[in-house]
Amino acid sequence: MSLLEIKNLHAQVEEQEILKGVDLAVNQGEIHAIMGPNGSGKSTLAQVLAGKEEYEVTEGEILYKGQDLLEMAPEERAREGIFMAFQYPVEIPGVSNVYFLKAALNAIRTHRGLEEMDAMDFLVYVREKMKVVKMDEALLNRPVNEGFSGGEKKRNEIFHMSVLDPVLAVLDETDSGLDIDALKIVADGVNSLRSEERAFLVITHYQRLLNYIVPDVVHVLIDGRIVRTGGKDLALELEDKGYAWLEEPLGAAETVST
Amino acid sequence: MTTTMTASDTDRFVGVFDTFEQALPASGPESLRRQRRQAIERFSHLGFPTLRQEEWRFTNVGPIARTPFSLDVAVDGVTGSSIQAFSYEGTVQLTLVNGRFVPQLSDLDSLPEGIVVCSLGEALEKHPEKVEPHLGRLASFENHPFVALNTAFYGDGVFIWVPRNQVVEEPINLVLVGNPSGDPIAFFPRNLIVSGQSSQVTVVEQYVTVGEGAYLTAPVTEIIAEDNAVVDHYKLQRESTQAFHMATFQLQLGRDSNVSSHSISWGGGLVRNDVNAVLDGQGGEATLNGLYMVEGTQLVDNHMRVDHVAANCDSHELYKGILEGKGRSVFNGRIYVHPGAQKTDAKQTNRNLLISPDALCNSNPQLEIFADDVKCTHGSTVGQLDETAIFYLRSRGIGEEAARSLLTYAFAADIVERIKVGAVRRDLEEFLFRRLPKGDIVRQAV
Ligand SMILES: Nc1ncnc2c1ncn2[C@@H]1O[C@H](COP(=O)(O)OP(=O)(O)OP(=O)(O)O)[C@@H](O)[C@H]1O
Ligand SMILES: [Mg+2]
Repeated sequence: MSLLEIKNLHAQVEEQEILKGVDLAVNQGEIHAIMGPNGSGKSTLAQVLAGKEEYEVTEGEILYKGQDLLEMAPEERAREGIFMAFQYPVEIPGVSNVYFLKAALNAIRTHRGLEEMDAMDFLVYVREKMKVVKMDEALLNRPVNEGFSGGEKKRNEIFHMSVLDPVLAVLDETDSGLDIDALKIVADGVNSLRSEERAFLVITHYQRLLNYIVPDVVHVLIDGRIVRTGGKDLALELEDKGYAWLEEPLGAAETVST
Repeated sequence: MTTTMTASDTDRFVGVFDTFEQALPASGPESLRRQRRQAIERFSHLGFPTLRQEEWRFTNVGPIARTPFSLDVAVDGVTGSSIQAFSYEGTVQLTLVNGRFVPQLSDLDSLPEGIVVCSLGEALEKHPEKVEPHLGRLASFENHPFVALNTAFYGDGVFIWVPRNQVVEEPINLVLVGNPSGDPIAFFPRNLIVSGQSSQVTVVEQYVTVGEGAYLTAPVTEIIAEDNAVVDHYKLQRESTQAFHMATFQLQLGRDSNVSSHSISWGGGLVRNDVNAVLDGQGGEATLNGLYMVEGTQLVDNHMRVDHVAANCDSHELYKGILEGKGRSVFNGRIYVHPGAQKTDAKQTNRNLLISPDALCNSNPQLEIFADDVKCTHGSTVGQLDETAIFYLRSRGIGEEAARSLLTYAFAADIVERIKVGAVRRDLEEFLFRRLPKGDIVRQAV
């Protein structure tokens, strides 16, 4: 059984269908990359996985650890091990980055039958994680993402991920807009968490990230459908040729069927 | 329901004035007796305000006008243990029960030399020369019925006088207890704080309730910050929802003085706070912050007026409101820049968080500027919790209720953080943790 199984997923927002039948299976230990042009539905897929209610699933199903994921509230999903790094991390004035993370971790630990971490243990634990993403201590005590630079926000997402220790991490363009040093930090963060138990769904626009995070599988999402799946070489091919060669000519499907 | 006051509503107070006046101690300056008579005359002319009056457009005081309050109040219904929660370790405390100073419930042991802190009654006997020049000179009853009632009927209050150059380190804690029993009562505390030149003092004013029942408290607090004085004032309105609270807070800022006021309001059923600051000398700086929280059918009305009379003064106002249930709030902020008040820097912000769709808020900032070289800004917002932020928090494992509470707390946080007296800040934090669903998670996460 796969860790994550997406079957014929259709999702819409404001009456407009965005995902038009996505099929995808991810096993533990695997890294899958999803690439696709602007507006193809990558973030929508990520948000549906994380449980954003705005996106209405009209057809299909998602099984996570064999359970119906769509039945679960966003926080339940997080507690069951799903983590999504936001393409656009949200600024939350007044909520401290580190204390909020402690509350989140403890909610997850309680759910998993573990004891809550006290302030001292948590600080030791967090310090260790900070090293991985080379987080500035000052960012710990600031409100979540408030006034962070673009790169700091992305790094903060990876930092949250490493603290929360997910089973399935969905990274939505965590590499976009990063300079090479920051990109390497993000990649190091992911690689250091890579393990037999964990899986990653790495959404990216740019092949470059995949030089540092080597995926097992690459999918191409165009217009709400996965149109091609392959190995890591597919990413290189896309880099060369762009997406146009994969896009079905308009009305082709009808032409074939008649 | 009628909003028109009948003559009898007003007469109830006017009718008992003579009896009240005769029972007053014979001592005390004649000028203050005269003032009382002028005030009741003024009240009898003004009557209770109605919704037709601009300043009371959204605040219906009909329930107050219709209630037959008694002015006969008992002061022996409160024990030390019942107000323990409002005491702050090691601070000077003055306790008033139903508007009368109660020495047994007060603690003046650690009072520094030189400073005068006592009941208004005692001050009028022992230091009339310190009281008379100020009392009633600032808070005008000309157009304010409740200030008029207070000026006519104040029984007692607190007097604080800080000599020039004296710095009072510890806050002075005033606990004003409403202790209703049986029939509705009304009382009118009158507080006067005079902070001498280059002095510094911090005052906490808490309004609390012990016991059950309706009552009206209509306090007037006047603060005079003389040149270069620094005064920090905290008001905590934490009365029961059966309380009517109609307060006026009047600030006079001398040259180079610095006054901050923090008005925290979560109690009371019908609450009105008039906050008036007059910047009278160059270089004065007034900071007026507030946080109000309403639920059920509570109404809180904050009416601010800042008068920039002198040049080169700053005023900053930040009022925030959290509205739940069918709660209502009114914010009316007026900045008045007088001719000649050049280089005024005035900023006013009112932000409201509507938690419930049934809550209602009115926000009305006003600028009146009669000088040409000034910087004045005002802004007011009404909003809801940010759903994107809620989703972000939930996606990290925080439950929905906790996420909402966390963001609500965060909304209030910048007011909480501005509170410099640790004990007051902790009181407010504790209140929020108790009030907000899943508050224990919020406690961890902030
Ligand atoms: N909340 C929303 N309301 C309306 N339309 C939306 C919403 N979210 C997404 N869409 C639309 O759905 C389509 C897919 O958006 P999505 O964000 O999933 O694309 P994407 O592949 O992540 O694009 P990008 O590479 O720009 O991040 C777009 O046309 C977008 O405008
Ligand atoms: Mg996207």
